[in-house]
Amino acid sequence: MAKTAHGESGPGYSRLGLVSTLLPAALFFFFLSCWAAIQRGEVVGIDFPWMPSLDLALSFRLDGLSLLFALIVTGIGTFVSLYSSAYLAGHHHSGRFFFFLHAFMLSMLGLVTADNLLLLFLCWEGTTVFSYLLIGFDHESAVARENARQGLLVTSAGGLALLLGILLLKIAGASWTISDWLHGEQLLREHPLYPFIFAAILLGAMTKSAQFPFHFWLPNAMSAPTPISAFLHAATMVKAGIYLLMRCHPLLGGTFSWTFTLVAVGGVTALWGAVQALGPMDLKRVLAYTTMMALGILTMFLGGQSTETLTAAVTFLMVHALYKAALFLAIGSIDHQTGTRQLDRLGGLGRSMPLTALAVAAAVLSMSGFPLFFGFIGKEIMYAGALAEELFPGFTATVALFANALMTAVAAILFFGPFTGSWIHTNETTPMRVVDPPWQMWLGPLLLGGLGILFGIIPEWVSSALIEPAVFSIHPGREEIRLVIFHGFNLPLLLSMFTLTIGAVVYLRRLVICRTIQTGIASLPLSAEMCYAGSLTWFLRNAEVVTNRIQNGSLHWYLLVIVATMTVAVSWPWLGSLKSVLLRPAGAIDPTATALALFIAAAIGVVVTAGKRLAAIGGLSGVGAGIALLFLLYGAPDIALTQLLVETLTIIFVSLVLLRLPPIVQARKRSNRRRAFDGLLALAAGLLLTSLLLGVVQAPLDRGLTDFFEANSFLQAHGRNIVNVILVDFRSLDTMGEIIVVVLAAWAAVTLLRKPKGP
Amino acid sequence: METILACLVGLLFAAALYLMLSGVLVKFVFGLALIGNGINLLILTAGRLQHRAPPLIPAENRILSEPVANALPQALILTAIVIGFAMVTFLLILLYRTYAYAGTLDADERPFLEEWREDDSCSEPFVQAQQEISPLSSPRETILAGDGRT
Amino acid sequence: MESVILKTATRLMVGLILIFSFYLLLRGHHEPGGGFAAALVAGTAFALFVIAEGPAKVRTAIRLRPTTIAMLGLATAVAAGSAALLSGQSFLTGMWWGPGEELLIGTPLIFDIGVFLAVLGAILAVLLTLEDN
Repeated sequence: MAKTAHGESGPGYSRLGLVSTLLPAALFFFFLSCWAAIQRGEVVGIDFPWMPSLDLALSFRLDGLSLLFALIVTGIGTFVSLYSSAYLAGHHHSGRFFFFLHAFMLSMLGLVTADNLLLLFLCWEGTTVFSYLLIGFDHESAVARENARQGLLVTSAGGLALLLGILLLKIAGASWTISDWLHGEQLLREHPLYPFIFAAILLGAMTKSAQFPFHFWLPNAMSAPTPISAFLHAATMVKAGIYLLMRCHPLLGGTFSWTFTLVAVGGVTALWGAVQALGPMDLKRVLAYTTMMALGILTMFLGGQSTETLTAAVTFLMVHALYKAALFLAIGSIDHQTGTRQLDRLGGLGRSMPLTALAVAAAVLSMSGFPLFFGFIGKEIMYAGALAEELFPGFTATVALFANALMTAVAAILFFGPFTGSWIHTNETTPMRVVDPPWQMWLGPLLLGGLGILFGIIPEWVSSALIEPAVFSIHPGREEIRLVIFHGFNLPLLLSMFTLTIGAVVYLRRLVICRTIQTGIASLPLSAEMCYAGSLTWFLRNAEVVTNRIQNGSLHWYLLVIVATMTVAVSWPWLGSLKSVLLRPAGAIDPTATALALFIAAAIGVVVTAGKRLAAIGGLSGVGAGIALLFLLYGAPDIALTQLLVETLTIIFVSLVLLRLPPIVQARKRSNRRRAFDGLLALAAGLLLTSLLLGVVQAPLDRGLTDFFEANSFLQAHGRNIVNVILVDFRSLDTMGEIIVVVLAAWAAVTLLRKPKGP
Repeated sequence: METILACLVGLLFAAALYLMLSGVLVKFVFGLALIGNGINLLILTAGRLQHRAPPLIPAENRILSEPVANALPQALILTAIVIGFAMVTFLLILLYRTYAYAGTLDADERPFLEEWREDDSCSEPFVQAQQEISPLSSPRETILAGDGRT
Repeated sequence: MESVILKTATRLMVGLILIFSFYLLLRGHHEPGGGFAAALVAGTAFALFVIAEGPAKVRTAIRLRPTTIAMLGLATAVAAGSAALLSGQSFLTGMWWGPGEELLIGTPLIFDIGVFLAVLGAILAVLLTLEDN
């Protein structure tokens, strides 16, 4: 057994992985059981209010499109989980891996079944976070960490854009319930905010689905373990953007800008992905670029309006999920068994890994669109859809033709490269003899590849059961959608044949073409990834500059900013009414209270000017005691008592601690200028408080709550001490929070005081 | 009377902020204690001072017969006093610990300022500070500084 | 601190102060007092005790660990609040039992005892750990 790039996997299998495979499998069969109902046109769903004030509802809804995605997610999820149980056997972090995997799968399921747009967004972010953890699963590798971060930054930036789009949608008056969209809100397309909504949602979809120019994270994300690449980067997560576009199609689609942008972005992505797929030696990178091409094609077709175009998109989505997951898993097997996935070091595996070879053969035949395979039907309907596209049929058909031709060539490379020729034992890292992987690892690719043949021969099974409900859930129509094995001799068939021919030519001349492409790409002055790296560096540098300036570690500076901001911001609107507040005559003056106030003022003076700790403590207790007496004077015996007691305990604690701290005089003297400035600022803030309080006192008092408490204290709560009744009955939840804070503060203090254990 | 109390509140705030701005952390705690008192007084005054009878329902009655002082701000203040006490205590102990660690309680000294600059290695200036302080400090403080190191 | 006068006086005082504290706690619903004030009074008593006799003796005297007392207090408060849940009312609704209007036992009183224990536990925890250092 070879040591793979992803740590020390041993022989055998992970029992946890095998058992947890039951989760996606059970979900798969659950969704399968909903099939009949969906096919009849019913809608299955649950609805549960979560935060009605935010319009956030926990509502899930299963229609044709959601069912298709849910089946793909859980079906491929089952195989990926099964596969991983052998792929990661003996890995010391396999528990973590399966947790991330299933958490990701559940977020993805939530995304495709959510009926509330905010809920969809939450799940969307969930997939971002878990895909980050999965891409960076090999966390000891700096490259994996960097790639994971790149994926996270790009997709979460898109997530923010999506959130903006969702909020704008609300402002523009659209519903956040996705199922409402089908009934057409024509107004939204003429709303002045439409371009912004469209741009924001499109950005979210483009980053998630790796559309040009945000495509670069996808090939880099290949540092994830291979089953993860199969799951996230072929079948599910990158399709989230496509799913979003499909969902928004009835709401936002149909405008010129929608069609134009999607066709242009998708077309460029498809071509760019297809061209780059020819170059790399790393098989996973090749697959990553073909995924990019497929995503481009899907986006391009979603630009269209006709039933044919959308059928093409949905069909190709399924075709691609099947063959791409099979290919990824098979290439993972090759990597796992031989220790390498470099094209130039592989060969002759057809004899030693026959089952894997069979799976790859089925998958690449579907990928290149040979007759009798599901891919053939996908390609036929793709050309039919392209020609039915309203605005740019020529462009769409040409892009599809070239992309498919290059796909055919790549398919040939993928099969003939590793499986023909002879096995070269190059160095120590590769084994002498190669065998097929354990059953967990060949079953999935073989079944997925086999489905490609099954659906190719009997396309009626999928067309009426899956494709039609899916298309109708975003594009209600009357006509029946039928996929057939042979459409007759027509233009799409001609294009198909043409595609295979060009593909063969490209494959035969691949060395020359590859070299040309490599030189071409190398001579480009600017790549999207360079822009990303540049902006990241710029951000980090400026963040450091700004942080160093604002967060300079000086308590004095922080407080200065806080106090000054508060004083200025509150004074500004208050200045106008200041005069009337200050000129109002003062009420009657109580001699006792005045004497107390003078005493407190004197004590404050002692605290401020004290050079000795004991003097300051004395002043502090003077202030506390004076205020307690004021409380007593104004009818508050409870708080007077509490204040006196707290004062006593504070003095005990302060004395216990302060005598172990340095004397105040030891501190460095501050400059007079600084002290004067601080003093002025503090005085200004104090004055502001005084005037605010005067303003409050002169305004009428709302005694509603007090009246309620007074009236009900004894009758309802059986207590004569109203203050105590408020604390332990009327507002006892507040008190509960308070004692929790007190206990936590004490706990933290005790923890700080405890002598550190260990060396 | 409200005018005088309002001035007292302002004075409490000004003194507290001045102490907190001083940069001497011991004074900061004094400031915190003062500002707590100021806020309590502010709440009391904002609830009006007309009635001086405590908010207690007389034993022979089921409802109040005479107007009493506003009970609501009193309940708020009671909570605030205890919370403020907990915060001051926690801060004191934090100071105690910080002093054992950094060797100074002057917030403008190097250990406090440099903690942020070195993002991951903030313990390093503290170690230096401990070495610097030992000749100056009293035996008791040296023991504390030793605590921080172990 | 080694002072015979302090020690002797403390022995008398602590008991008296603690009794006063319980008095405050129990009368709190009708007269000034209540859980907070009672806990602070008791805390003062223990502070005196600690200063006179040192933390070790106090720890043996109170038997329970201070943090346990605090947690017990929180648990009591939660339990008092949850009693209402049993009869289908919302959390912390006051429930009362007993004959007549003047002699009632209710969950708010139990809640107040929880407050007392929580605050006392917190004070004791800090006090004893501080003295240990």
